[in-house]
Amino acid sequence: MTRRNIAAALYMALCYAFIFLPVGVLVLFSFQAGNLPVPPLHGLSLRWYAAAFNDGRLVAAFANSLLVGGVSAALSVLIGFLAAFGLARYEFPAKALLRGLIMLPLAVSYLLVGMGLLVSSSALGLGPSLMTVIIGHVVINMPLAFAICQAQLGEHQRRIESAARDLGAGTFQVLFGITAPMIAPALVAAFCLCFTLSWDEFLIAYLNTRFDVTLPVVIWDLLRGGLNPETNAAGSFIFLFSISVILAVEIFLLRKRRS
Amino acid sequence: MTHLAVSNVTKLYGASAALRDVSLTVAAHDYVVLLGPSGSGKTTLLSVIGGFTEPTSGRIHIAGRDVTQSGPAKRPTTTVFQDYALFPHMSVEKNVGYGLKLRRVPAPRRAEQVARALEMVGLPGFGGRGIHELSGGQRQRVALARALIVEPEILLLDEPLGALDLNLRRQMQDELLALQRRTGRCFVHVTHDQEEAMALASMIVVMNQGRIEDAGPPARIYARPATRFTANFMGESTEFSGPVIAPGIIGTPAGKLPRAASAPDAGDATVIIRPENIRADGEGAVALGQARITEAVFQGAHYRVFAAAESGQVFNLRLPPAAAPAPGDTLTLSCEAQNLVPV
Amino acid sequence: MRKPPAGLLFALPAVAWIGLFFLIPVLVMAGYSLHPLNDSGAPGPLSLADYAAFFAEPAYVQALIDSVITTLVVTLASTLLAYPFAWCIACVVPKRYQRIALIAAILPFWTSYVVRSYAWLLALSPVGAVNKVLLALHVVSHPLMFAYNPQATEFGFVHFFLMLNTLTIYASLVQINPRYELAARDLGASALRGFLTITLPLSIPGVAVGAFLTIVLCIGDYVTPQILGGFRELLLPQLIMMQIQRQLDLPMASAMSLLLTVLVALAYLALQRWLRIARL
Repeated sequence: MTRRNIAAALYMALCYAFIFLPVGVLVLFSFQAGNLPVPPLHGLSLRWYAAAFNDGRLVAAFANSLLVGGVSAALSVLIGFLAAFGLARYEFPAKALLRGLIMLPLAVSYLLVGMGLLVSSSALGLGPSLMTVIIGHVVINMPLAFAICQAQLGEHQRRIESAARDLGAGTFQVLFGITAPMIAPALVAAFCLCFTLSWDEFLIAYLNTRFDVTLPVVIWDLLRGGLNPETNAAGSFIFLFSISVILAVEIFLLRKRRS
Repeated sequence: MTHLAVSNVTKLYGASAALRDVSLTVAAHDYVVLLGPSGSGKTTLLSVIGGFTEPTSGRIHIAGRDVTQSGPAKRPTTTVFQDYALFPHMSVEKNVGYGLKLRRVPAPRRAEQVARALEMVGLPGFGGRGIHELSGGQRQRVALARALIVEPEILLLDEPLGALDLNLRRQMQDELLALQRRTGRCFVHVTHDQEEAMALASMIVVMNQGRIEDAGPPARIYARPATRFTANFMGESTEFSGPVIAPGIIGTPAGKLPRAASAPDAGDATVIIRPENIRADGEGAVALGQARITEAVFQGAHYRVFAAAESGQVFNLRLPPAAAPAPGDTLTLSCEAQNLVPV
Repeated sequence: MRKPPAGLLFALPAVAWIGLFFLIPVLVMAGYSLHPLNDSGAPGPLSLADYAAFFAEPAYVQALIDSVITTLVVTLASTLLAYPFAWCIACVVPKRYQRIALIAAILPFWTSYVVRSYAWLLALSPVGAVNKVLLALHVVSHPLMFAYNPQATEFGFVHFFLMLNTLTIYASLVQINPRYELAARDLGASALRGFLTITLPLSIPGVAVGAFLTIVLCIGDYVTPQILGGFRELLLPQLIMMQIQRQLDLPMASAMSLLLTVLVALAYLALQRWLRIARL
């Protein structure tokens, strides 16, 4: 048994090392005191973060990413939750078909979604805009919010809702007064998941914006300028922001579960 | 000839003991039932016999061999799990034949043996079915077939009838007994249902809090339980307690009652009597006094009657439906001396 | 259970959104692909000319083939690497630490693929960390060209999809009732036999889900090949981007995107037997 454990530990260590290598290098060299984001490390410095925070484009893109992420996540969770509720609590024909339809965007490339919106908006004479990006992000993230909510709306939930109705509550009272608060951890988790996926998303944003861009798109532009620790700083910031949200969800959910 | 010997087995989980110094011997064709409430250690004992749990101390011998260090694969036992654990991705035939395939039995002989095993459990021709197509009772039979086909020295059953409804349970009990008699193998069966135990066992092992309270044939365990716990677990009874006032006699609220001579001579003592042995017809040799009925519950074949005497003694007895007892009626109670059991 | 339309009403916003902002745009795209640009740069009459032109151009067909091969190689490699990793987390790591182990394994997942590809570029470039280490250890005498080639692209892909597949395979493994393997051992199977005959077959649906997601995401990824791949070998998404940005040929880009979708649909058909059973 211990031989197996040693082999397992070794393999796992290799995998973890492989997984963390690029991110490790990225974050390490964002603190580079020298001029290039590659070895040797000349010392630690925050000057590149300072440069990043002073870069107008980065700051604007940060605000845009927050906007797009927040709005698209909120919309995704709202309509995903309503759909999950509708499909879980009511019987009507073609339920399986609708479920398949809602989950469809998960099975196609972001390229298709982004292209579709690009082509349609140009057909309508609309130029690129953040609004299109928000719409696209809801398309790709709402199925996930739906799936997460659906998993939470089981029998236990149903019985509590029946009890509420039995006492006289109307449908909307049940929905927003009972169900939503009860599965609040899942709703928060879904929101954060959708937010980070939107935060990190590049392709749909790239295809559908020109001047008001999100952070990943700005990074892309920065890359044209060659290897630069400022890009590291911006990239590290994107990464650290994402994982803070994810870790916050983990801790938040864990605490709820223990209580 | 001892087929299974459990010697001084203790199992500790941290500070708490699931089994305390448990010893047991079982003969080759016995149907043993481990009976007890949850937490009594019966499932742990089964797990230790099957090799899934290693005892903290003690030894297990099966068919003369010390198997304490062997894992489940090497032990000559097979188990029917509570949820049957039938492999969902295999057909009935593949499930039943799995053990034979591991033993490299060639395919034609395997098919033949599987067909015979399925017939033996009453599922002829079911080989091609998928597991999900089967009812609970059918799954159980497949699990039995799968476990018996490899001819284990001991078949272990972990609360196998728990998931079945009452009628199906009774039917399966009959079939299990028939199967055990036909194959002649030693079965060790865990349950918390004392009626099930009495129906099936040639030997009942009553367990409580990690210890064996009593072990023996069902009739003896029921009529002459060794401990108070066993008495209460095996069925209802009326207890008479009081000081020993003379050798073989104790003074109870119901009067002076005889107590078996083998029991200690001083201090307080208790005898019990089963409900069906209390007579209300005045014919019994030992008088128990008069009591007024407080409750009479119709149970189909009899009434379950509670009666209280002025001394405070409560009696639990049975009356036939024809007696039509009602609360408030007065009864004159008596019994035979041999039905008073010391505990 | 009420009769419709109450349930339908709740599902309506979601369905409408998908219909309006996904299905219709895809149909519009399909429409565009059937009206190739004429000489003055405006959409012409209904014709399959763009599709024909695609298959007539060897460079385009090569890009298609390269995309398919890259995707298959990446899917295979990531699945083979991820399975043991997921198995270690699910079956070797004690239950209390499994969550942390899993989160640590997918943490770098939560970074934009632009950032991730850039990070690999840094690590693999001639002046990057990997080369510097190899030089310092005197394993090589001058920097090796790890980046800017198809292998670097595959490497970058496998890094990402290793994490994704670890997640899906882990989720599938922990769902398997541990009693099954116990029953197999009880009947005489060794640890290896038990794994091969019971656990592995039961985990295949989870493997299929991971593989399908890998195929979908890999074949449509523009960023990784663009940053790491150099310009010798172009993949389909890069071609599509060129059509949009350089040729300004939306119809051709639409046609190519639809071809990409057909490939994904083929992958779904190949894997559907397991995808249907999988419950994640």
